[in-house]
Amino acid sequence: MANTAPVHHAGDGETRRDFLLHSTIAFGAVGGAMAVWPLIHSMNPAADTLALSTTEFSLANLQEGQAITVVWRGKPVFVRYRTPAEIEAAQKVPLNELVDPQKDEDRVKKGEEKYLILVGVCTHLGCIPLGSKPMDPRGDFGGWFCPCHGSHYDTSGRIRKGPAPANLTVPPYQFLNDTTVRIG
Amino acid sequence: MSTEKSVWRKAFEWHEERLPLFSFLDHSVGSKYPAPKNLNYFWNFGSLAGFMLVVMILTGVFLAMNYAAHKDMAFDSVERIMRDVNFGWLIRYMHANGASFFFIVVYIHIARGLYYGSYKAPREVLWWMGILIFLAMMATAFMGYVLPWGPMSFWGATVITNLFSAIPVIGDPIVTFLWGGFSVDNPTLNRFFALHYLLPFVIVGLVIFHIWALHIPGSNNPLGIEAAPADKIPFHPYYTVKDAFGLGVFLLFYFAVVFWVPNMMGHPDNYIPANPMVTPPHIVPEWYFLPFYAILRAIPDKLLGVIAMFGSILILFVVPWLDTSRVRSATFRPIFRFFLVIFIINVAVLGWCGAQLPEGLPLYLGRVSTFYYFFFFLVLMPVIGWMETPKPLPASISSPVLKAAE
Ligand code: HEM
Ligand code: FES
Repeated sequence: MANTAPVHHAGDGETRRDFLLHSTIAFGAVGGAMAVWPLIHSMNPAADTLALSTTEFSLANLQEGQAITVVWRGKPVFVRYRTPAEIEAAQKVPLNELVDPQKDEDRVKKGEEKYLILVGVCTHLGCIPLGSKPMDPRGDFGGWFCPCHGSHYDTSGRIRKGPAPANLTVPPYQFLNDTTVRIG
Repeated sequence: MSTEKSVWRKAFEWHEERLPLFSFLDHSVGSKYPAPKNLNYFWNFGSLAGFMLVVMILTGVFLAMNYAAHKDMAFDSVERIMRDVNFGWLIRYMHANGASFFFIVVYIHIARGLYYGSYKAPREVLWWMGILIFLAMMATAFMGYVLPWGPMSFWGATVITNLFSAIPVIGDPIVTFLWGGFSVDNPTLNRFFALHYLLPFVIVGLVIFHIWALHIPGSNNPLGIEAAPADKIPFHPYYTVKDAFGLGVFLLFYFAVVFWVPNMMGHPDNYIPANPMVTPPHIVPEWYFLPFYAILRAIPDKLLGVIAMFGSILILFVVPWLDTSRVRSATFRPIFRFFLVIFIINVAVLGWCGAQLPEGLPLYLGRVSTFYYFFFFLVLMPVIGWMETPKPLPASISSPVLKAAE
C-alpha cells in the first residue's frame, strides 16, 4: 500500500524511520554497555582482596645492616635498617645522576631515616630484586639487583642502571609507635 | 543384486534432507572440495594443526577433571595427575608437549604461507583469520603454562601481565584488573583457568572462519598461479590419504617426545611449587615465545620494547600490502626467496637470543636480529616487490609437465 511506504522529505536527508532506527541502536548500545560492566568489574579486586590492604609489623628485632621482607597485598615489602654509610651514600648522590630523580629524604620518614621501606617489586616487569638476604648480590650501587633483566637499585631503592623506568615504590605507611609500622 | 536402496541408505537420505550434515562436511573437506593437484607436504600442516587442536581439547578436558584451580592445590593436583590418576602422566605429557608440537606445526604452516605468497589477494582475510588463531593460541598457551603453579608459571605470569604496565596512565589499572588483586594470586589463577578452558573453543570458531575463507578462492599451490578446474582433484580421497600419511609421520615425532623425553621442552624448575616472595635467577618463557621475548629485551626502553614485541606479530596483518609483488610463489622470485630464507633463520636466531641472559653477545645479536626482522617486512618486502623481475610463470599447473613430456 502506497501510504505505508517511507515518506522522504526532500532536503533533510533523514527520515522519521532512520531516526527511530538510529535511536534504537544507540539505546541498545548504551544498554549493552551497562549490562557488560558488571561482568568486567567482577574481574577487578574483590572486597576481601581489598580488605587485606593493610599489614602491621614490628621493627624490634631488626639490627643495623639487616633487612626483612614482609608481605603486603601479596607482595613483598623490603624493610632495611640502613647503616650510616648507606644513608650517607644515598643522600650524597646528585639528583642529575638519577634516572627518576628523587631525594633520599623524600623516601623515608623524618627522624627515621635509618629505616628504608619499599615495595620489593622491580618497576620493570615485576620480579623481586635480590639484596635483602645477607648472601644476595646487591648490584653496582649497594642496594638491590633484579636478576630478571638486570636492574640495579641504590641504597635508597632508586633505579640507577638497567631497563627499569622508575625507583622502587615507597608504600604508604606510618609508625604506630617506635617499633611498630603499619603499611597501607 | 537388486537396485533397491538399502534401509540404511534411505535413513541416511532422510536425515540429510533435514540436516545436510554429511554433504556440508563433504563440501568442506571431502570429495566435493577440489584442490590443486600439485600440493606438496607443506600443505599437510593445516590439517595437522586441526588435529592438534582436537588433541589439546580432548586431553585438556580430561586434565580438568582432576585439576584444582586454587593456589594451595594447583601444584599438588598436577603432581597427583602425574602419580596417582590412571594414565594421568600420559594425558598431561600429551597436553604439555602437544602445545609445543601445535606451535611447531603452526610455525611451519605460517612459513609455508610466507614462502608461497598465500597471504596475497584474494586470500587476505584467510590470512587474518590465521593470525587471530595464532594470537588466541599464544594467549591460551600462556595461561595454560600458569596452571601448574610452579615458579616459571608464577613469574612468567607476573612478567607477561606486567607488560601492560608499560602503557601510559591506564597501564597500572589494567594490570590490577588482569590480576584481580595487587599481584598474581589466587584470583589470577582462577580466571586463567576459566579462560584457558574457553579460548580453545574460540579457536575452533576461528578455524571455521579460516576454512570458510579458504573455500572462497580455494587452496593456493606451490606455483602460486590460479589452478584451472582441470588441474584440480577432489580433496577426498587424494588429500585425505596424503594427510593421513603425513599425520602418521608426525605422530612418530610427537610420541617419541611424549614417551622418551617428555620434559625436554619444559623447565625442571617448574616441578617446585611457586613462591611469590622469590624470583628464580633465570626466568625464560616457553620456547615458542622466545623470538618475541628477545625482541622485547633487545630494546632498552620499557614502553618501546613492549610496542616492538606486539608490533612484531601485528605487522603480519599488513603483510599482504607490504609485499608489492603480484607473483605469489617465492619459487619465481629468487631475490625475495633469498631474503625470506634469511628471515626464517633470523627468527631462529632471535629464539636462541631469547633464551640467553640479555648481556654481551646475545644482547647485541638480539638487537641486530630485531632490526632485520622489521627491516625485512618494512623495507625489503615492498622494495624487492618493485625491483625484482620474477622468472616467467607457467601458463598452467600442467603445462611445464606437458612440455617436458613433448
Ligand atoms: C589451544 C589449545 C590448548 C593449548 C595450546 C594448551 C596449552 C597448555 C599448556 C602449555 C599447559 C601447561 C602444561 C604444563 O607444563 O603442565 C596447559 C595446562 C593445562 N591445560 Fe591446556 N591447552 C589447550 C587446551 C586446553 C583445554 C581445552 C583444556 C580444558 C578443557 C585445557 C586444560 C588444561 C589443564 C587442566 C592444565 C593444567 C594441568 C597441567 O599443567 O598439565 N587445556 N595447557
Ligand atoms: S623485572 Fe626487574 S629487570 Fe626486568
